[in-house]
Amino acid sequence: MGTNKKIVVLSGKGGTGKTLVSVNLAAADFDSYYLDCDVEEPNGHLYFKPQILEEKNVSVLIPNVNNDLCIGCKKCVNFCQFNALAFGKKVILFKEICHSCGGCALVCPAHAITEIEKTVGIVNIGISENVKTVGGIMNTGEASGIPIIKNILEYIKDKSGNVYIDCPPGSACIVMESIKDADYCILVAEPTIFGAHNLEMVYELVKLFNKPCGVVLNKCTEGLNPSEEFCKENNIEILVQIPYDAELGELNSNGKIAVRENYKNNELFYSLLNKVKEVIK
Amino acid sequence: MRITLPVNNKDIKSDICPSFGRTPYFLIYDTDDKSIIFLDNLAAQSAGGAGIKAAQMLLDQSIKIIIAPRYGENAAKVLLDGGIKVYKNVAGTAEKNIKAYEKNQLDILADIHPGFHNHGNK
Repeated sequence: MGTNKKIVVLSGKGGTGKTLVSVNLAAADFDSYYLDCDVEEPNGHLYFKPQILEEKNVSVLIPNVNNDLCIGCKKCVNFCQFNALAFGKKVILFKEICHSCGGCALVCPAHAITEIEKTVGIVNIGISENVKTVGGIMNTGEASGIPIIKNILEYIKDKSGNVYIDCPPGSACIVMESIKDADYCILVAEPTIFGAHNLEMVYELVKLFNKPCGVVLNKCTEGLNPSEEFCKENNIEILVQIPYDAELGELNSNGKIAVRENYKNNELFYSLLNKVKEVIK
Repeated sequence: MRITLPVNNKDIKSDICPSFGRTPYFLIYDTDDKSIIFLDNLAAQSAGGAGIKAAQMLLDQSIKIIIAPRYGENAAKVLLDGGIKVYKNVAGTAEKNIKAYEKNQLDILADIHPGFHNHGNK
């Protein structure tokens, strides 16, 4: 078994700075892993520009019906809780609705249903200086990225070192899959009312999973910060406050990693790294 | 022959429900004995695939004709395989539409909308 520690970076909404934080932490650490679990819209590779060492397909199982064997009993149709099967004159499968539970094949008394593989996306493994990257992308039109995330997380199971996980935005199933094995959660929040509302949602989720967590306040300006207020009211540790800064914005928009450049506020990322390392020790 | 309409209320004078898969009830009218029954649409509670389940339910009820404002592409696949025909309703009550059907005044509903699956984003 690997002895890695998983630090998950998440936020209630997109564009708060999850990738900024996770990419810079991974780059500032020694030999680390960066996992891009936002398989619907991955963007970590834009910063790391990794050399891809390995790429593989991710498949799920879906039913395949042999209509010659089918006796039209509709047991499969009635079994499916997702309404992915129907029966008119033959069994009709709605692949994109299927959740790959395999139940239809089990209940078919005529053994007319077997399971076949369907590719839902890819996973790639790469390297960028001190960081090993694992990412994936879901095929257009697929309903769920969870099989791909499972595959990404599977890769680091037997690996050692710190793992920085860049989550999809929000607080839905796909995020739960990403955080359930976390050792520590970093919540990134913007200084707006909307930002505080989304921070609250994701904080609820992290509490539900009983995970230790802290908050990074990003894009901080002078004046009121509703996300900061929320942290104080709920006794949540504020790990670091990243200022709203044109220089950082420019680095970011050019796909540069601040800690690999001479960014004036790089001590923010190193102080964050040290705090995180202290908790997961 | 049994025909059906998605309706908002259990009443022959009910409006037609704009949603096929998530209509609260289906009014089922038998053209032979002129009887009317109302079927609770169990598919309306589905998290997903409501159109598929509603279509399956109507197939299981030996429905031959549906009168509705529109239906989705998934429901269409099931209805087509089961040999159910869909007619476009006219403005007004279920009763008015049944009469219009019996006088051959309704047109076949040809356009199938792509559905609101994924909230129209994908």
